[in-house]
Amino acid sequence: MEKIFLKGNDAMAEAAIRAGCRFFAGYPITPQNEIPEYLSKRLPEVNGVFIQGESEIASISMVYGVASTGIRSMTSSSGPGLCLKTEGINFLVAAEIPAVIIDVMRAGPAIGGIQPAQQDYTFITGGAGPGGVRCFVLAPYTVQEAVDLVYEAFDIADKFRNPVIVMVDGAIGNMMENIILPELRELDTLPQHEDWKITKRDADGKARIIQTYIHSVIGLEEANKRMAEKYKIWEDYEQRYEAIMLEDAEIVVTAYGIVARMAKAAVKELRKEGIKVGMIRPIAIYPFPKKAFDSLDYGRVKQIWDIELSIPSQMFRDVDYTVRGRAPVYQLLRSGGMMTSKESIIKAIREKALEGENYE
Amino acid sequence: MNKVYEKPKLIPADLSNSWCPGCGHGTIHKLIANTIDTYRMKEETIMISPVGCGTMNTATGWFDCNSVACAHGRASAAAYAIKKCYPDRLVFAYQGDGDLASIGMAETIHTANRGGNLTIIFVNNGNFGMTGGQMAPTSLIGQRTTTSQEGRNFKDHGNPIGVCELIATLEMPKYVVRVSLHDAKHVIQTQKAIEKAFRMQSEGKGFSFVEVLSPCPTNWKMSPVESMKHINDVVIKTYPLGVFKEDK
Amino acid sequence: MAKIIISENLCKGCSLCVTQCPKNIIKISNKINSKGYTIAEQTDDTQCTGCTLCAIVCPDSAIEVYK
Repeated sequence: MEKIFLKGNDAMAEAAIRAGCRFFAGYPITPQNEIPEYLSKRLPEVNGVFIQGESEIASISMVYGVASTGIRSMTSSSGPGLCLKTEGINFLVAAEIPAVIIDVMRAGPAIGGIQPAQQDYTFITGGAGPGGVRCFVLAPYTVQEAVDLVYEAFDIADKFRNPVIVMVDGAIGNMMENIILPELRELDTLPQHEDWKITKRDADGKARIIQTYIHSVIGLEEANKRMAEKYKIWEDYEQRYEAIMLEDAEIVVTAYGIVARMAKAAVKELRKEGIKVGMIRPIAIYPFPKKAFDSLDYGRVKQIWDIELSIPSQMFRDVDYTVRGRAPVYQLLRSGGMMTSKESIIKAIREKALEGENYE
Repeated sequence: MNKVYEKPKLIPADLSNSWCPGCGHGTIHKLIANTIDTYRMKEETIMISPVGCGTMNTATGWFDCNSVACAHGRASAAAYAIKKCYPDRLVFAYQGDGDLASIGMAETIHTANRGGNLTIIFVNNGNFGMTGGQMAPTSLIGQRTTTSQEGRNFKDHGNPIGVCELIATLEMPKYVVRVSLHDAKHVIQTQKAIEKAFRMQSEGKGFSFVEVLSPCPTNWKMSPVESMKHINDVVIKTYPLGVFKEDK
Repeated sequence: MAKIIISENLCKGCSLCVTQCPKNIIKISNKINSKGYTIAEQTDDTQCTGCTLCAIVCPDSAIEVYK
């Protein structure tokens, strides 16, 4: 298949089209403007609809409406815009409507900066708004993976009738890499949602109503339980991660997104020095890859390193909770648009490795 | 020789602003600074800043005016509330097309409807400047932007919104005016409009709204001189200048 | 008698003053300032009337007028 040299944002937009996305609504915000700009031209080419909403809230509301008719729909933004979208995402979750949301992360909080960061972790994985509900969250680390995950996100969304967030940092959104684009899906090969979309009636002729208000208290509790069961299924069957050189690792590094690339390179170099480092790279960050951490032999693994572009740390809390004291978890953090270097990772691990117990 | 035109005191004499050459924000800030200087309102003025190019130099402290920068579109709401709590201060919101007419449209209408003695200064340059030139509610029919690459068209995007026309239908606004920056004569008119608006506020005479047709040479892909000509020849046809409401 | 002083530091060479001068005595010079802008200059102050139109249009408050 032919490789094409594309910018992350453009590539993700094209991946959505190939997945059968035929509706997009969004609003300008750095560093993701290429996504609405690309789709404003591309969607009409495939008889899709593009709307530049008057705000991020209007845009997610438009997605909520169109997605309830069974059309694959998407919106994108950055941290401050995702904040505004929380209400609409909460509604998608409650109404069990599939959609894809791309968060191209910038430094925060608030207007913050326009440089890449990983400061949306807790907000995106922990909060699909009130109600204790969640989105499925994917975190690609290359432009190719961003393409593949956006493409797959629509299928995951349909399978679980839940919004999926693809959380990518501004570096991946703006870098250009050689990629292979996936096949263009024919719309009639996609799930047709005959059983719930509001453009059809039920088999018995009854009208379909999508509503997030549940009058019966027992009924609402049942609905809440169904959500909890969904997340259990994700936890049991849908964890995604990449395991790198874990078999004999004594030190395990964990990182996602752009920083995972520096971390991977650092791991390979440290190995050359004889330091037995391995890596767990979360690909889905919700559900968190607990199995990867539980699969480690803590008799051999003496240190876990959490490497993220966020101060205060965010993924650290999930790592620490998952490890449950079986090994100390160290942090290597940069923030505000600053970028972790491979060299700083090597230096930190090498220094700690020399002072660590039981290390030979 | 005497100095007959000097730089406004609120703007540093030797520190340049970071707007593009020919950008209207520099001119409008100068006019606001002149007004505050003339009427000695420096201590009592509070400016509410937007998200967009308009906030860029306030954020760095270049403009010597107390200010608070709001979330995108919310400046008028915050400004109204501040004025309500501090009726004796000069309070104004300074917003661009995205902030005032897109994401902030609900706040704009409700603030104008509540009125009070607030002033809003609206910088209309027909695009989202800071983020690279996307289409705005104020972009002209036929205007090519990064999200209307074939040009804005009525069928898909509706007409450009005349905010003055909209605001003037409400009861509370007492002075609603559209001015322009395209030549010295019109810059002087803009100065006068801002002075009148601020004076009205100080005299408790009601809500004022000043819309300024402003150039964006970078995203219009024109030189500053061409941009001014564009306002005179083209933009004014969609956005006629004049007073839309004036209580005597 | 009148003249203008254009701040080398503040001028961005936008040329608005050039177009507004009724005597056509402001031109873009060959001088490039520290920010890389080719700045404006008054070519003949004997004709300057101190009308201040140049200073009025300047977006950068770069012009002072003396009379």
